[in-house]
Amino acid sequence: MSLAELICPAGTPAALRTAVDAGADAVYCGFQDATNARNFPGLNFTPDELAASVAYAHDKGTKVLLALNTYPPAGKVDLWRQAADTGALLGVDAFIVADMGVADYIARTHPGVRLHLSVQAAASSPEAIRYYCENFAVKRVVLPRILTIPEIREIRKEIPCEIETFIFGNHGLMVEGRCSLTNYLTGQSTNMDGVCSPASDVEYKRHTDDSMSSQLAGFTIDCFGADEKAGYPTICKGRYTAPHRSEPYYAFEVPISLNLSRLLPDLIDAGVHAFKIEGRQRSKSYVRGVVSAFRQAVDDIRAGREANIADLVALTEGQKQTQGAFETKKWR
Amino acid sequence: MSAGDDTLPRAADPGTSVLARLSCLIVQPVLTRVVRRVAKQHPSLFSRLGPHQGTDFVIDPVELPFALHLRPDPQALVFRAVARNAAPEAGATIRGKFMLLLELVDSEEDGDAAFFSRDLEVTGDTEAVVRLRNALDDVDGSIAEETAGMFGPAGRAILARLRRAYPT
Repeated sequence: MSLAELICPAGTPAALRTAVDAGADAVYCGFQDATNARNFPGLNFTPDELAASVAYAHDKGTKVLLALNTYPPAGKVDLWRQAADTGALLGVDAFIVADMGVADYIARTHPGVRLHLSVQAAASSPEAIRYYCENFAVKRVVLPRILTIPEIREIRKEIPCEIETFIFGNHGLMVEGRCSLTNYLTGQSTNMDGVCSPASDVEYKRHTDDSMSSQLAGFTIDCFGADEKAGYPTICKGRYTAPHRSEPYYAFEVPISLNLSRLLPDLIDAGVHAFKIEGRQRSKSYVRGVVSAFRQAVDDIRAGREANIADLVALTEGQKQTQGAFETKKWR
Repeated sequence: MSAGDDTLPRAADPGTSVLARLSCLIVQPVLTRVVRRVAKQHPSLFSRLGPHQGTDFVIDPVELPFALHLRPDPQALVFRAVARNAAPEAGATIRGKFMLLLELVDSEEDGDAAFFSRDLEVTGDTEAVVRLRNALDDVDGSIAEETAGMFGPAGRAILARLRRAYPT
């Protein structure tokens, strides 16, 4: 049986302690800058906070993974290199990287620290994954959310590293690491600046009929009826009109969250080493609830018991959940 | 889609203004003590607020007769009850039921989930709200419990009674 490690989000030091106390095998976090893909206002760690957090986690046997999973703009790699140097100095257990230049720097400069390939690298074939393993000694790949479980099983047989898959949380577009939608409206980049729908460009408006519209950079991207559940203000989950449609529709993707709780045994059987919970932007309440639920489920499965996963739909986007492409390629 | 120009702030109810002003007078001394205590106990809050220490937040517990005005400036803290028709122009407004807002402050509820369910409404400067949320979320322990504790057994009893009266 695979290790089935539980990899949990930590947006703040308090969230990290919450995840550790709730049973995370590892937590992932980032610095307060563009080096990570959740570069949100008021979120993330200073070096001093990370030092204290690493000590707290290690005292309890939990690993700390540092996300350096954005792409440096050409000629501006110093921030990423400094972040790697600081992370290594502070004793993080692994770096989560997407950019080959960042991977190369860490592999040469800090060979004693594990490298995990971020989902942002969008490596979904054995050939691509092997390339990262052979050239940068990558020890684990976080697979994009486009693969079925039988496909994951086949990939596992052909690669020399561990596999991590998402099991819960925000469900973005399927070619991760190549999203330019935020850039299109705001001029800021998801992949280089770490901002998906920057909060400074988001505005919600309540209307006289109690409907609510969400805007990004002045463009209305959705409008929710008075009794309708809402989603994140991202372009990929916006609702648009088109000449060939009679009603506004989700042109890219509906607001929905991934929940693979029912597929955990199949994922373990396919050789997945680690399960990732998305949500560094979420609260301690979310971390406590989701991590506890999956800790119990994984422990039950490893003990040969049937997992009885808690109902987490209240924490999902739009209060809707899916098994996405993991279940079937027909998922859109 | 077009949002149109039908956006409106929530209208103040003139019938409650006397009650609102009276309520504000009663709760104001408590609020002042609370905010000073929280600021003293949790100074790290302010660094996460960044440039929004000077933002005027209006926090609107919809079923109470007044709203709350917060300006989290560590040099000149403001936390006061205001009648809705006398509230300052808000940089950001956060609106929901009182107990939900209390549980969000204490991270007993998830803000995104409350937003998805439409139980929580946010208008104005979204970045300010995100910063405030993240700052509060990095506080260990319960601000509500700390606040109740300031008033001894009576305070704790009132908080417990409030929680029983507001099942969520």
